[in-house]
Amino acid sequence: MTEMSNLKKRKKSVTMRKFMNQKYLQLMVIPGLIWMFIFNYIPMGGIVIAFKKFKITKSIAEAPWVGFKYFEEFFQDSNFSNIMINTIGISLLKLIIGFPLPIIFALLLNEIRNLKFKKFTQTISYLPHFLSWVVLGGILTTWLNSTGVINELFQALHITSGPVSYLGNPKYFWGVALISDSWKELGWSAIIYLAAISSVDQQLYEAATVDGASKMQKIMKITLPSIKGTIAIMLILQISGLLNANFDQIMILKNQINISRSQVIDTYVYQVGMTLGKYSYATAVNLFKSVIALMLLLIANLSSKKLLGRSLY
Amino acid sequence: MKRRVSSKIKRSKGTLIFDILNTIFMLFICFICIYPIWYVIVNSLNDATDALMGGIYWWPRQFSLKNYKTVFSDSSVLQAFKVTIAKTLIGTTVNVLFTAMVAYPLSKKNLIGRKYYMAFGTVTMFFSGGLIPTFLLFKGLGLLNNFWVYVIPAAFNFFNLLIMINFFREIPEALEESAKIDGANDFTIFRKVILPLSKPVLATIALFAGVGQWNDYFGGLMYITDNRSLEPIQTYLYRMVAQVQSSQMAGSIASNISAKDSTSTAIKLAAMVITTLPICCVYPFLQKYFVKGMMIGAVKE
Repeated sequence: MTEMSNLKKRKKSVTMRKFMNQKYLQLMVIPGLIWMFIFNYIPMGGIVIAFKKFKITKSIAEAPWVGFKYFEEFFQDSNFSNIMINTIGISLLKLIIGFPLPIIFALLLNEIRNLKFKKFTQTISYLPHFLSWVVLGGILTTWLNSTGVINELFQALHITSGPVSYLGNPKYFWGVALISDSWKELGWSAIIYLAAISSVDQQLYEAATVDGASKMQKIMKITLPSIKGTIAIMLILQISGLLNANFDQIMILKNQINISRSQVIDTYVYQVGMTLGKYSYATAVNLFKSVIALMLLLIANLSSKKLLGRSLY
Repeated sequence: MKRRVSSKIKRSKGTLIFDILNTIFMLFICFICIYPIWYVIVNSLNDATDALMGGIYWWPRQFSLKNYKTVFSDSSVLQAFKVTIAKTLIGTTVNVLFTAMVAYPLSKKNLIGRKYYMAFGTVTMFFSGGLIPTFLLFKGLGLLNNFWVYVIPAAFNFFNLLIMINFFREIPEALEESAKIDGANDFTIFRKVILPLSKPVLATIALFAGVGQWNDYFGGLMYITDNRSLEPIQTYLYRMVAQVQSSQMAGSIASNISAKDSTSTAIKLAAMVITTLPICCVYPFLQKYFVKGMMIGAVKE
């Protein structure tokens, strides 16, 4: 008995000594933990206002509990179905059409034999990623109005017969969102695929060439299977972000006229929370979104593990 | 024999056509990536009233530097630029150094409590309080209408921390050992040995954080409620674009061009160029860093 406690004590003192040896290291970690506690964990605790009738003039503790009142209010809101359809619709468009584009771009860019030109194209294609949505929004609002560049181009090519205000008509909004987003991120998203492609064993291609495989066959049978793990990871990430329909982009492109097709969960939270001051309601809407997003992430991860034997976490 | 030769020729012909089409496609991609910037530049170099009539695509119609003069003589725009520069420099430096300082001990496998610290951080990657609770916290901390709202809440990033940890692990331990024998403590080792050896990863993260700071308009919109002198240029531009949007929708298109319109267009175009050019000039030189940095983060995890 005494021996046991002695051993325990000794173990403890060894840990203690070890701890003292790394006291500088520990002192360097602590500020980070405090930062995370304040800026990540306190707001998580602040989510309780979704279940309370919170007023800005009083503290959170003083606010009375109201249960799921604000969630019900959101589900019964006349905007609810529109917001959900827009959020999921825009994201699905970006997933189905926007997701394969960088892969195709990477495959095609990889076929460019002139290395200087390849490098040049790659560098240029990153450029839009570094521009802010505000600047792009400024360009797009000018280009897409009824006298803008796009209208002149489309009319010259006889695609449209008369002037169209693309941001002044709800039915074009999803298309505008998809195209502008794909354009902005095309080159940037391709980086990861290009890196994966470049690490494919070159001998496989040489062997395939000897066997008389065509370019297409090489891509389908060698390149794509080799990078499918990377594709799976990117797909999981994209699916888990299905309810994040690019806030910055939509904030700048939406207006009073296209709002029926441009209002998504995030912009709605901002609008009801910050401009109308309905803090509890906005927090409830946001929490609803986070819960679904987390479920999506888990489902996507699980199915990738089952189907491809590869998961993110 | 003959057949084989002809198939070879046929294939190389197909390859040639493919190569040509592919090159044309890549040139097209380059064009659509550069052209919007070019468009803004030529329009900003054109007389503002004339530019409102549109139709300037390749070259200024009435060359003028007046727009830039207007921007540089407008004190509120200059103030907004100052805020942007200050928040980018201070915010990025603080973020990189602070995150690195926390990452270094966590890269040591024998750190007591390491598992718990990492779990504590990993949670933050999956859950967040969201917009309103964050706003209320900042309000409580007195960060609203305060310059430090751009710096302190952006001082740390757990994802960047993971990238740094992976990088720090690659540094040979012998270097730290020899510094330790010379009597240096862990903090000194971090400062004098680790930081200088980690330039590639620090540059990568500084680039991401810097571009994020430079391009961010939402912080200014959300947390600066009654002190316009603390608004960065992107928030300033955001307000202008949103205003143009709503006035376009109200139907006041080019038909009634007022002096006020032409001034605001001038400021908008010139400010767009000034905010964009620094990034266009810097990123091509840093690209070897960010591609490498992204790889470190992606491959090693």
